[in-house]
Amino acid sequence: MAKTVEEIADAMFNMVKDAMGQKKLKPMDLTKAMISLYGEEGVDKKMCKGAIKNLVDSGRLVYTYFGGSFLEIPHREGAAND
Amino acid sequence: MADNIPKTPKLDELEKGGWPSFVKEIKMAAKRSPMGGDLLGQLEQSYNEKIGHWKHGGIVGVMGYGGGVIGRYSDLPEKYPNISHFHTMRINQPAGWYYTTDALRKICDIWEKHGSGLTNMHGSTGDIILLGTRTEELEPTFDDLQKIDFDIGGSGSDLRTPSCCCGMSRCEWACYDTMALTYDLTMHYQDELHRPAFPYKFKFKMSGCPNDCVASIARADMSIIGTWRDQIQVDQDAVREYAERGLDIQNDVISNCPGKCMEWDGKELNIENEFCVRCMHCINVMPKALRPGKDRGATILIGSKAPIIEGAFLSSVFIPFMKITPPYDEIKDLVDRIWDVWGEEGKNRERVGEFIQRVGLGNFLDAIEMEPIAEMVAHPRENPYVFYEEYYEEDDGEEEEES
Repeated sequence: MAKTVEEIADAMFNMVKDAMGQKKLKPMDLTKAMISLYGEEGVDKKMCKGAIKNLVDSGRLVYTYFGGSFLEIPHREGAAND
Repeated sequence: MADNIPKTPKLDELEKGGWPSFVKEIKMAAKRSPMGGDLLGQLEQSYNEKIGHWKHGGIVGVMGYGGGVIGRYSDLPEKYPNISHFHTMRINQPAGWYYTTDALRKICDIWEKHGSGLTNMHGSTGDIILLGTRTEELEPTFDDLQKIDFDIGGSGSDLRTPSCCCGMSRCEWACYDTMALTYDLTMHYQDELHRPAFPYKFKFKMSGCPNDCVASIARADMSIIGTWRDQIQVDQDAVREYAERGLDIQNDVISNCPGKCMEWDGKELNIENEFCVRCMHCINVMPKALRPGKDRGATILIGSKAPIIEGAFLSSVFIPFMKITPPYDEIKDLVDRIWDVWGEEGKNRERVGEFIQRVGLGNFLDAIEMEPIAEMVAHPRENPYVFYEEYYEEDDGEEEEES
């Protein structure tokens, strides 16, 4: 059954939350995981792109760079000076 | 404010000589911003200790964007508090780097208000580089830049800010409108520019002719280099005029032709265009007499990069000739197919050239549904053991084993 962008965003957010501190995830990791979870009839790349946009625009996730770009839950970075 | 400039005997050495000096520029900026003074102090300390004192930030940016801000922090924040945050912003430059002085003044005013006032015109990708600001100033800077129609450029694993030569605006050799294509691709791929979704960076560089003034063949994952597919235009009277005025056509033009496609009998210049490799040498030497052909477009090359995972690559030919005309659907279709495959199958930090090398050009072409052509062969195969599938039957090997 086709999922909504909001449902995909929630699933992606939970995946990033669960992986936090263990593995950094790239947008394509999340997209592949969603397609694997819900099947190609449930989600497509365009919907995943929309879900990521929602997550970033709402501030639930942020892009980070550590030798490549990843999606993470906002946090204080180690290098930051207060 | 001038009192905050520390003593910097080592850096002062870099002010000597005939070249522009970044030290001199930082000292000038230090008169207006305390960041400049601390920057000089930290840099002098780094030169003394032979240790860099910058930390790389990985999370700072503006809301909704994943690129364009490079986080920098001093690891000596107590000693140099004014540069405890010293983030860089990459700003998308106009195609061909054309500005009005008014626009430049506005950019500089914004940066003096929100940052150190130090700029780098331009970074190697082509962006305007604004050096040094605090995290809390990133959003206000972005807002002010948007008010004067400037946007942040690319960084991280995204489409980097496309750049081009000045093309038809100033150059008679331009075989397509580089600035128009650059603008179109920049606007069309805004999402890819601001939201990093690739395995690693991807760069377009547009050169109007094979002189390749933006060095796209060495610096772009996709190099779009202007070319022609008919005959070089020759004005024989002008060729003879060059000879009469002392140009040694035989030695300076004919002997330097890599395609060995030219002859000069003292009266007529004959070109066998099918052997011309579009090096531009003859055209550059005799610009009044020779011009690129009339049927113009571009060669699409793919894969160049600086060394990270693999060594440095130059781009190699992918599409020998493509007409480059609006709305550029043919090139966008190609780009989308490449990104689709590389985006899904590429490893972290693997550029598209490295990806093609890893999976093999044949597999890559299969995946993007393109037929191989002879022009794609970058160099002869090193491995002589080639199996042609149509001549190879599976039980051939078994029969040999039995015998």
